[in-house]
Amino acid sequence: MTSLAALRRSPIALLVVLLLGLTFTGTAYAALQPTAPTTDVAAAATQAEDVEEGRKLFLANCATCHGTNAEGVDEVGPSLHGVGAASVHFQVATGRMPLPAPDVQASRNEDQVKFSEREIEQMAAYVASLAPGPERPDAQYLDLEGADIAAGGAAYRTNCAMCHNSSGSGGALTRGKFAPTLMGVDEEHIYEAMLTGPQAMPVFNDQNLTPQEKENIIAFLKFIEEGGNAHGGAGIGNVGPAGDALFIWTIGIGTMIALAVWIGRKAA
Amino acid sequence: MSTHDNTPAVVDQTTHDRFPNPGMPPHRPRRADVDERASRRAALQVVIFFTLSALGSIAFLVAYYVIDPELKGTIIGIGEINLFHAALGVTMAMSLLGIGLGAVHWAKTLMPDEEVAEDRHPPAASDEDKAAVAQQLSHGWRSSQLNRRTAILGSAGGALGLFALPLIVPVAAGLGPRPRGELYRTHWQDGLRLMIDPSGAPIRAADVTQGSVFHVMPEGWVGHQAFEEHGAEEAMISKSKDQVILVRLDPSIIKSQKQRDWGVDGIVAYSKVCTHVGCPVALYEQNTHHLLCPCHQSTFDMTDDCKVIFGPAKRPLPQLPITVDDEGYLVAADDFREPVGPSFFERERPGLLMGDDA
Repeated sequence: MTSLAALRRSPIALLVVLLLGLTFTGTAYAALQPTAPTTDVAAAATQAEDVEEGRKLFLANCATCHGTNAEGVDEVGPSLHGVGAASVHFQVATGRMPLPAPDVQASRNEDQVKFSEREIEQMAAYVASLAPGPERPDAQYLDLEGADIAAGGAAYRTNCAMCHNSSGSGGALTRGKFAPTLMGVDEEHIYEAMLTGPQAMPVFNDQNLTPQEKENIIAFLKFIEEGGNAHGGAGIGNVGPAGDALFIWTIGIGTMIALAVWIGRKAA
Repeated sequence: MSTHDNTPAVVDQTTHDRFPNPGMPPHRPRRADVDERASRRAALQVVIFFTLSALGSIAFLVAYYVIDPELKGTIIGIGEINLFHAALGVTMAMSLLGIGLGAVHWAKTLMPDEEVAEDRHPPAASDEDKAAVAQQLSHGWRSSQLNRRTAILGSAGGALGLFALPLIVPVAAGLGPRPRGELYRTHWQDGLRLMIDPSGAPIRAADVTQGSVFHVMPEGWVGHQAFEEHGAEEAMISKSKDQVILVRLDPSIIKSQKQRDWGVDGIVAYSKVCTHVGCPVALYEQNTHHLLCPCHQSTFDMTDDCKVIFGPAKRPLPQLPITVDDEGYLVAADDFREPVGPSFFERERPGLLMGDDA
């Protein structure tokens, strides 16, 4: 303690402090200043590469229906100008696109996703480069931390439950179309579906459902997914009265008829 | 062989005689009828069924008091269930089925099963009986003096007739107060902002992009706040008739000039209450612009003033006239100009319900 106090008053002390200060400033400048431009350049370069790679993938896999410049083909595929990266990621990463055959609607098929996550990003980058559109969601709205499950449930029942069922198990629409189940769907895919409104589904933009409200809805869905069948009994698909009626009209009435026949028969 | 006048004119009387009476099928004795051991076995089985039933009843009581009502467990083929309810169901089924199966088995194996035919009596009574009854009735009528004392007859009839009223009137009156103007009006009025349900945010016209759908309630009637301000009953009434669906369509695909005039640059607002039985019509398909009711599949075409294109609904959904206020938010320009929701008898004749208010 005393030696330190003595050293502080030494004439060399000033020199040492000056030297330290200069070294620190120079190192910090060298460390921080030049790095920024190089990463920007690198990012721009990779983005340009992504767009180019994405264009090649697009021409090979998507252009038949969506046109060589994604301008759309009448009666076959819609224009992709302005659909954004979120839409591309949703459609391709859930296996809906490329569509195996024309049908009333594309169905989720995650076993048959044809592309790596990297390739999907490249295609998304290409489509996003054509015209501005919704971007992929920020990770902070997908971690479900601090999400309000009750508020999510209220928003879900007002905006989603009429088509997707209050238990998230999906339901029928008109002329063969249907709202798919939301159970077991990736958080990001649910978010992107709300943001882009795929197929018959309407768009829920950030003014209608804020990103926080979207996160709440996803948290609510994950909550009921993990909660399982809290009330007990066989769920029979959780699709409402249709499953119950099928059970009663086949197994229930069948058992009743068998019993009635048994009661009416004479014992031999 | 009937000789009444209303029998068909041409009846081939001989056909009736062509079929000989088949009589009873031959009686086949059951095993329990001829074999003493078989009958003892059957009796034992019946006793077992009844005993099972008794055991089921006791097990039900035990389960009711012993098992934790929240106990969960997994049963193969069904999944996770509440074991308390499962135990109650199984033991009660045992208790009831045991009685039923025992009774049926007893009747089928041990009770006499010889078939016996009992011939019908002639339907008419003998003339002496008829005369005796008529005389007794006439005697009773005269001895009651009702033929002379008509006031008793009249007052007794009145008492019995009025006696039914205390039973009938509360039922009819218990249907609730007679509706007045509330069937014709909603809370929407000129200048009231359209609010997003349930967040309660106002809506800028620019935020309603094509393809998006907004579920809307009137300003002051949204979410929890409405329940606190107006109470649960009023808030639920509001929810049931004020709910509105808001979409933006390309104005060039809108077929009705009135629909375009009542909207803002293709943004149109319609009542969400189905004109069939009042379910919320909210399944909007943005690629076909069809609006589907989940209850009975009534489908409305949003590009054609919400006309019915499929299903049991009879009338188009009522449109809410909207405009934009000074700050750019969407507001109602008026209430609905027709009653929302399903038909009712006085719908076209408000005077019948509203009286002087009309």
